[in-house]
Amino acid sequence: MPFTMVVKVNGQSQTVPDGTTVRQLVALHKLAPEKVAIEWNRRLLKSERYDQVLGNGDEVEIVTFVGGG
Amino acid sequence: MDVFKIKNFSLNNRLFIGTGKYATYELMQQALEASGCQVVTVAVRRERLIDAHGRSLLDYLDLSKYVILPNTAGCFTADDAIRVAMLGRDLLEKQKNAGANWVKLEVLGDKKTLLPDPVGTIEATRELVKEGFTVLAYTSDDPRSAVRIKEAGAGAVMPAGSPIGSGQGILNPLNISLCLELLKEGDPAFPVIVDAGVGTASDVAIAMELGADGVLLNTGIAHAKDPVKMAVAMRHALEAGRLSYQSGRIPRKRYATASSPFDGVISYIPGE
Repeated sequence: MPFTMVVKVNGQSQTVPDGTTVRQLVALHKLAPEKVAIEWNRRLLKSERYDQVLGNGDEVEIVTFVGGG
Repeated sequence: MDVFKIKNFSLNNRLFIGTGKYATYELMQQALEASGCQVVTVAVRRERLIDAHGRSLLDYLDLSKYVILPNTAGCFTADDAIRVAMLGRDLLEKQKNAGANWVKLEVLGDKKTLLPDPVGTIEATRELVKEGFTVLAYTSDDPRSAVRIKEAGAGAVMPAGSPIGSGQGILNPLNISLCLELLKEGDPAFPVIVDAGVGTASDVAIAMELGADGVLLNTGIAHAKDPVKMAVAMRHALEAGRLSYQSGRIPRKRYATASSPFDGVISYIPGE
């Protein structure tokens, strides 16, 4: 069995395989990278850095636009 | 064309409409269209990870037509507002929308009143300006806070007519007019937009008659019984108020002044 780690995605703990990248995490949730913005450990992560490998305990926020005033 | 500018943004419509609280996305589309607005506001929220195939707001906004103004609604600290602004900018850069470089800054004090926190708003304004944003800052109708926010580098100041979503209209026209006077002193083109509290069309007209450069509203349209018809009303009210302001209203007088001459009347006049 491959090693796993726990990351927090949008406030929810989630177990993912070691070596998972942000891009893979987005794909895992069936989201289109061009329609979301991503924070990695409370810092904006630009598209060109989506191959960032996640570490145990990392916090990721994946956001989009919703209706608002 | 009655164009106005907020830093590098050149706008030919003065109504800013929110996209929240519509019963359906289709109704939102129709209301936006009916309002004639050019700028629409949106919020930044966590993507739903369970139901990721749900409908997305972005699929219902014509990004070639509207300039999107992302807000920092729901933020109670300057730090969180800055994070949200950065995320909103990144999203709009990906969509290649002109709105990528501006933000409607909200730093709120508490969830009940949704009144702005002036200190947090000023802190966030300074930081966001350093990051290259054009900041449109939501604030209360307090004229001194408004001036401080302008001094912090805001591209536009947006005093509230009354609390967000309250529909109470312009509760203190004197304060709004003082905001306008102080913010535009020696800088008449500085944009001031009345944001929040609009309940009906006359509220928009009053804001514009006072000399506001624009009005931002959401609930007044979204929660009207007929949002599309109300959007039309808001459009006309904006135009009426703007024209009225440009025309220059008559001063208020204590007594009547007759429109028909007294010269030549055949009647008895009391007291003469």
